[in-house]
Amino acid sequence: MIDWAWIGRHTDDIWSATREHLVLTALPVLLGLILAVPLGILATRTPRLATPVLAVSGVLYTIPALAMFVFMIPFTGLTVTSAVIALTIYTLIVLVRATIDGLASVPRDVREAAEAMGYRPAARLLRVELPLALPVLIAGIRIATVSTIGLVAIGVIINVGGLGRLVYSLGFQRNFFMTPIWTGLALIVALSVVADLALIAVERRLTPWSRGR
Amino acid sequence: MISFDHVTKRFDDGTVGVADLSLDVPEGQVVVLVGPSGCGKTTTMRMVNRMIEPTEGTITVDGRDVMATDPAELRRRIGYVIQQIGLFPHRTIAENIATVPGLIGWDRARTAERVRELIDTVGLPEGVADRYPHQLSGGQRQRVGVARALAADPPIMLMDEPFGAVDPIVRTRLQDEFLRLQAAVRKTIVFVTHDIDEAIRMGDRIAIFREGGHLEQFDTPTAILAEPANDFVTDFLGAERGLKRLALIPVSDVKADPGPLVRPGDPRDRVQQVAATEGTDWVVVVDADGRLCGWAYVDELGEQVEATGARPFSLRVFADDSLRKALDSMVTSRTGVAVRVSGDDRYEGMLTQDILTREIV
Repeated sequence: MIDWAWIGRHTDDIWSATREHLVLTALPVLLGLILAVPLGILATRTPRLATPVLAVSGVLYTIPALAMFVFMIPFTGLTVTSAVIALTIYTLIVLVRATIDGLASVPRDVREAAEAMGYRPAARLLRVELPLALPVLIAGIRIATVSTIGLVAIGVIINVGGLGRLVYSLGFQRNFFMTPIWTGLALIVALSVVADLALIAVERRLTPWSRGR
Repeated sequence: MISFDHVTKRFDDGTVGVADLSLDVPEGQVVVLVGPSGCGKTTTMRMVNRMIEPTEGTITVDGRDVMATDPAELRRRIGYVIQQIGLFPHRTIAENIATVPGLIGWDRARTAERVRELIDTVGLPEGVADRYPHQLSGGQRQRVGVARALAADPPIMLMDEPFGAVDPIVRTRLQDEFLRLQAAVRKTIVFVTHDIDEAIRMGDRIAIFREGGHLEQFDTPTAILAEPANDFVTDFLGAERGLKRLALIPVSDVKADPGPLVRPGDPRDRVQQVAATEGTDWVVVVDADGRLCGWAYVDELGEQVEATGARPFSLRVFADDSLRKALDSMVTSRTGVAVRVSGDDRYEGMLTQDILTREIV
């Protein structure tokens, strides 16, 4: 059922598809973080903004991925940029929410103590609140990462590359040749698991204080 | 010195937290703010470091209006301890204690030295420095909170129910340690509690508040116990006001009576005469060096007083004991008095219930 010889002949293809997939996941998650953390902080500082920020990113999230990709075409064409923008938008709702929840998880007495010790607001945010928000924020990053890995696979529709290429272009479009389909799917699952475990490791490294609590 | 001058705090919803408060916290003293919940005691405390800002009136710290001082700068000179402690969970104990020194830019060596010193001062084991707060017991965390507040040696401390979250035994110990520490460091302290007994124990002065932020009485604990300003204060002080007051007055504050005093070798008729004058059926025996031998019934004595025949007093009081302890000693001894001795067991006289009554009334 699986043509091992085909795999042997296409290791380069498989490898570059995996790399593309990784980049296409990491880029939107990082861009999403860069946008979401300030938005989350803003929403926390100004409660009036919390509802609109969450509402807008929530509505964007409900647009089906396929529709979003198609919607991007008039603006940025059938390009990687389109895919990255679309995928970034999807990470927003999860990451903004995670930032808000993470900051809200900082105990009141800790925030008050920081204020009373004489931290100015910016220093308090950077050195007390954000470090304490990390566990919740990283949980959000894990969700965003795993769901982005899944969405990148669909991105093959607008020709962005990644492991979706194995499944679609080399499998579905070639009379359902099963070997690339299985290979692609297995690697997508593997990528998700590895990324999630890696993020758990990062969290443990960044929050030594929360161990054994 | 901290000075409140006609300070009022009205919250956004219109409720009055503190109403026209004028009060001075003298340098080096502990002023306890006490009252039922909603009386404005915590609001009053938090206005000192601008965690809450007054609506009207002026608060000055060492003559400077707090509202004209940068809040962060102001707070770094004021130690802050709260019931929930608020240790930074992501920092080790040493890092927690080093918070304010870090903010005001002490160098590493000076900070490390200070942290070591404070861990010792507040009675924490050395090994805790590199632990995280969640690895410590409640009592230990409370000590870390105090150490952190003391770190940069601020002249002023604000303490909001600092011992409220620990069990009664640990609380008493922390209170004792606090008093010993305060005797050495002499900080100007605003201490908030809802527990009148804690207020009486800890305060050089007590400010009693009632709901709505009204200051009802501001005076020393003994003065308040002796003369409550009104019914609210009387109710708030609760039962056993007399006993509470006795607990605050040292034995050395009242003049002890020599009592029916005899010496070894005194003849029987002199003993009888001494007892008759004092109206007792017993005498206290003190040797030529002034050492207390004990007491004896007049009827038991032979021709003359023998040092060895005296019964020991099971309880004795020293100059720095409280009158309450003296009272306890009276009601548990057959003689009905409390004997006062010096550290080397020399007899200094006795306290009677008459003497105590004179003191209370």
